[in-house]
Amino acid sequence: MLADVFIALIMLTNFTLVVTNRIQKAIQLAVLQGVILGLLPLAMGLWRIPHIVLMCAAAIAVKGWLIPSLFRRAMRQVKIDREVGPYISFSASLLLCAVGTGFAIALAKYLPLKLGTPRLWVPASLATLLTGFLLLVSRRKAITQVVGYLVLENGIYLFALLLVEEMALLVEAGILLDLFVGIFVMGIVINHIRTAFDSIDTRQLAALKE
Amino acid sequence: MAWYLILLPLLAAGVAYRTESVSRRIQLLPLTAVLHLAGLVVALVLASLRGWDARGVWLGLDALGGWVLLVVSVLFALCAFYAPAYLALRPERDNRIFIVCFLCFLGMASLVAHARHPGLVWVAMETTTLTSAPLLYFNHNKHSLEAAWKYLIIGSVGIALALLGTFFLAYAAHMGDVNEPLQYSRLMLEAEKLSRPWLRAGFVLTLIGYGTKMGLAPLHTWKPDAYGETPGIVGALLAGGVTSCAFLALLRVYAVVAAAGEAAFAQELLIGFGLLSMAWALVLMIRQQDFKRLLAYSSVEHMGILVFGIGIGGVAARYALFHLAANALVKSALFMSAGNIHRCYASRQLPQVTGAIRRTPVSAWVFLLGFLAVTGMPPFAPFISEFYIASGSFAQSHPWLGALYLCLLGGIFLAMSDTVLKVVFGTPSPRRVRTPYADTPATTVPLVAALGLALILGLWLPGPLDTMLHSASTWVEGQP
Repeated sequence: MLADVFIALIMLTNFTLVVTNRIQKAIQLAVLQGVILGLLPLAMGLWRIPHIVLMCAAAIAVKGWLIPSLFRRAMRQVKIDREVGPYISFSASLLLCAVGTGFAIALAKYLPLKLGTPRLWVPASLATLLTGFLLLVSRRKAITQVVGYLVLENGIYLFALLLVEEMALLVEAGILLDLFVGIFVMGIVINHIRTAFDSIDTRQLAALKE
Repeated sequence: MAWYLILLPLLAAGVAYRTESVSRRIQLLPLTAVLHLAGLVVALVLASLRGWDARGVWLGLDALGGWVLLVVSVLFALCAFYAPAYLALRPERDNRIFIVCFLCFLGMASLVAHARHPGLVWVAMETTTLTSAPLLYFNHNKHSLEAAWKYLIIGSVGIALALLGTFFLAYAAHMGDVNEPLQYSRLMLEAEKLSRPWLRAGFVLTLIGYGTKMGLAPLHTWKPDAYGETPGIVGALLAGGVTSCAFLALLRVYAVVAAAGEAAFAQELLIGFGLLSMAWALVLMIRQQDFKRLLAYSSVEHMGILVFGIGIGGVAARYALFHLAANALVKSALFMSAGNIHRCYASRQLPQVTGAIRRTPVSAWVFLLGFLAVTGMPPFAPFISEFYIASGSFAQSHPWLGALYLCLLGGIFLAMSDTVLKVVFGTPSPRRVRTPYADTPATTVPLVAALGLALILGLWLPGPLDTMLHSASTWVEGQP
């Protein structure tokens, strides 16, 4: 089925994300993942229902166009230093991502599903969430942490698509709006961090502790 | 009425953004606070005459939401009347964004209180995070930037987990063929049909998510930095307002879990988080040199008391809701007096800040009495709630938990008293920094009023409020 292919693609992007060295590339992958998610309901054959098509269009517009443009703006201001700067090696990241995916598969066994739901769905969503979390805690650059947050939100969005026929348009719109405004505010803070510290390395942000 | 309470602050925020005159812009804060509080009182009186309107799919006011919004609105009014004097002390900082975000926060708090749909509650909660982040950056220095970044990232991740928990809840309903519109009272009425594994997992995730916003240990790491680096007035709004909203969002989910007969599972988690938060706060309070961080850990402790009370259930749950008001009032007095002392000494660290009673007598007295109130001295309101939560845990045959809770309260009293007494009574340090700050009525009356309200609430709970608390706590225990 086409939906299974899409879910497999999302899991593949997770693994590619954790070994990516360039910030630009990581952003592109997270955006690609968002667009695949936006297309997923159409691949499930739900393109006849108007409110779902509207939802998909909104999701693709926000994740594929508005958010990348915010990232482009933030990246323009950061001239040099375009590597993600991981705390741990890429092979360790890959290993942790694999462990996370395995954990997600094991965890999903305990959760019953409605008949006819692809079995990979919940594991893929949890694995994407964990990948986002991994990126968030293991990367130094403030922008990469925002990419991690975006991937984490992608994982949650994938789960939400299980309920796509039920979900109210208002809630979906509110969630997308909050995601957009959240990344917008993070972009502003990153800009302030860059001017205050002359860098976007979050190791600088370690003055406050006990 | 719901629309009035939500849109009035947002409209005022829009006006504040467009207003060029600084003094007029500042006056929007007390004006909006009074109009909001008046509107809310009218709504509550109408509700007590005609019954609660909780049937709307999206918006409606029930006793629980009304209670929390009343607490937030009173707290906002106290902050709003303090704000003009505070902002006058900081003429060098542009206050446009500050006032806009302050007002937006009130609008979003009204939305959290009125929202009937899990998704809408989440959207409003996330928006409170986004509107409070710029408030943390008011001082525009490296430390406040770090605090704002941590708050934004930790808060956003936490709240994202709460979103996943909300979807789990929706899937639990979907499995039981309960479909949209999923409003909370409907979920509670049909709770028997919900799928248990999804419901439990959803509760754990929402507890982690909204618990991060409340600042329950070990998810509180943003809190000391955020409260330490912001102006006292923002600390008051965060410690009494944002945390109350997050607690409300958590209680909404808890009520569904309780209605489904899974309360025992949830209560264990709540008691665990509650006692852990108190213990963690106690450890970090010992020898704490920074008095604003001390207050942040006190906030962690009181969030622990709130969830502990809910976890015990029965009388303790009702008094946990009462404690929400007690904590908000006393915390606002403490944070604003700490802000005054900070202004006067230009420092928050112990060796520099000693003997405040001579330099800022009123603020120092409020700080001292606030400390006594918050650690549970009679006759202030926190004493009543802390006492009934303890007696509730003995009555519900949890004697060991009750004893542990009392030991932690005692330890926290000792740990806090060390720092507070030095700040208030210690020998003034010889090398003191001269600052223009001196206590004036404008910077102290709101503090005294907050403490006075906490005193009144400790001596006398008006009948209508008592009725409201009763129906709110039956709602929390799973009977809509």
